[in-house]
Amino acid sequence: MSEHDARRRSQLAWGLLLLTAVLLAAGLAAGSEGWSLRDLAALLQSPDAALIVGEIRAPRTLGAWLVGALLGLAGAVAQGLFRNPLADPYLLGSASGASLGVVLVLAAASLAAGQGQGQGMSMATLDALQRVGLVGAAFAGALLGVGLTLLMGRGTQHTLRLLLAGVVVGVMLSAVGDMVTTMAPDALRGKQAFLLGSTGFLSWGSCMALALGLLVAAPVAWRLSRLLDALSLGEDSARSLGVALPRVRLALVVAMALATGVAVSQAGLIGFVGLVAPHLVRRFAPSPHGYSLLASAGMGGCLLLLSDVLARSVLAPVEVPVGVLTAVLGGSYLLWLLHRRGLS
Amino acid sequence: MRKLTAAFSLCCMVLSAAPCAAQNLSISLKDDRGAVLQMAAPPERIVSLLPSLTESVCALGACARLVGTDQFSSWPASVLKLPKLGGLDDAQIERIVALKPDLVLAATSARVIDRLEGLGVKVMVLDSNSHADVKRSLTLLAQALGTPNEAAALWSKIEIDITAAAAQVPNAVRGQRVYFEADATPYAAGASSFIGETLTRLGMANVVPEALGPFPKLSPEFVVRAQPDVMMATARSVADMPKRPGWSALRALKLRRTCSFEPQRYEVLIRPGPRMGEAALVLADCLSKLPQAR
Repeated sequence: MSEHDARRRSQLAWGLLLLTAVLLAAGLAAGSEGWSLRDLAALLQSPDAALIVGEIRAPRTLGAWLVGALLGLAGAVAQGLFRNPLADPYLLGSASGASLGVVLVLAAASLAAGQGQGQGMSMATLDALQRVGLVGAAFAGALLGVGLTLLMGRGTQHTLRLLLAGVVVGVMLSAVGDMVTTMAPDALRGKQAFLLGSTGFLSWGSCMALALGLLVAAPVAWRLSRLLDALSLGEDSARSLGVALPRVRLALVVAMALATGVAVSQAGLIGFVGLVAPHLVRRFAPSPHGYSLLASAGMGGCLLLLSDVLARSVLAPVEVPVGVLTAVLGGSYLLWLLHRRGLS
Repeated sequence: MRKLTAAFSLCCMVLSAAPCAAQNLSISLKDDRGAVLQMAAPPERIVSLLPSLTESVCALGACARLVGTDQFSSWPASVLKLPKLGGLDDAQIERIVALKPDLVLAATSARVIDRLEGLGVKVMVLDSNSHADVKRSLTLLAQALGTPNEAAALWSKIEIDITAAAAQVPNAVRGQRVYFEADATPYAAGASSFIGETLTRLGMANVVPEALGPFPKLSPEFVVRAQPDVMMATARSVADMPKRPGWSALRALKLRRTCSFEPQRYEVLIRPGPRMGEAALVLADCLSKLPQAR
């Protein structure tokens, strides 16, 4: 590690901290009616400040950063674990599992509304599904998707088999989801909203759940980061260094699934953040995994928060789905990178 | 008499105002999810997140109390000027709360409900999947608005229109089988949907049986095999139908026994609300102008 790299790393860390602070402030200032310092001053004077800023903008802003951080972390873990720069947090079936969960709850609601003409679903099932709610169903679905992948990949013995199982499980679960929406077309709109992702519904309760997820997943990933470094030399080298590959992989997959599941359940499927954040970090400051995991989390947080602030203000008072903006921002960056020098 | 009133108001002041207010103003009712809504007075600032509920509020004479609607609400014209707050599934929480509504109207399955209630906003959930639903939700809504008598008057007007529409349908057309296309993929309005119910009231049969549910997705082949006597859809869909594989063989299309509706008229048909009577008249008007079947 050269001195140059070390300097870049500390620059990036400070830059991310500063950016986070600036964006958090911007998140509090950017209202649904657009940007105006005078409006903000007027709002802060009014008795509504506690409600609008304290209960809506603040949790939404912090929540957006946390969702981005979880996705950035999960993306960095995925790319390290599979030694593939194309890997993203949704790779192992968590995305389609989560959206299946959401679709089931939405369909249950609409079937129950239609005097319970449950097609093959008993009223008890409908009732149970509705009680779990969208958040619980998305989280359970994400974990179920990854669980199925692990089962079909027969554990974490072989990377390739695991990846393949993830792809197949993803396709199968989304097919089941499509099947359900065919039976209950009412669920389609809700499903689409979930697929686009949204930070507009985040409350302080969501922030607690997100923070908890980050507090569990980040230390696990950080502890295992040395093993990811060993893994980057190739699986045989890692094995010869004494790494118990299946166990390490399992722990990392679980941490990744947890981070992704929590993020997806609170904000829907927000694309590209988990894919792009680790790339950005590697480009600015090539570093061992311990640093790059945490920096990717910070980068992901900044990326999603920036997108959220833009989503609120670009077309205000209309709100652009935040997932659309992350895809545009992240996608343009990746294209530029491809054009400039190719992905390393 | 005046003395009595004076004594009564004095008693009110002495015993605190609440029990007196409770006598005529406070409202308590159960919405369609079974949640109990308590309001000290009829709401004065209402947000509606569904076009049919916006129309219902206006038809019940409370249009002036609306302060915002979802992006699809378009009738009556006065609601076009109100702030547009997104759709049911992507409603803009901050703008809704900033409007300080004392009641938000929504349908089930709206994700926005939990969040709004968490922020202390009252949300009333109303289903409108069938004629009975619409009648019930109009009654509930009128109670919530503090004008409970309006609902019966409005519903009887809808009933009168439907009955008048049924009388307009020629005997030769009665009993013929209708295909009502709700979406070009194709989704159809089945006999158990509110559109199907209206068609039944008009004396028409439906190619989509009740068992298939209110708005089933059909295979295009099902429609070809069903050979509907009359086909109804948006003007654009009807124009497109002969180009669909095999559909040119449909007798209804060959004989031009179709009802095609421009977007604004179609909107009247697909919203389960106070304009259901008007919708029945629109359908009957088309049915009475159909060319004879062979």
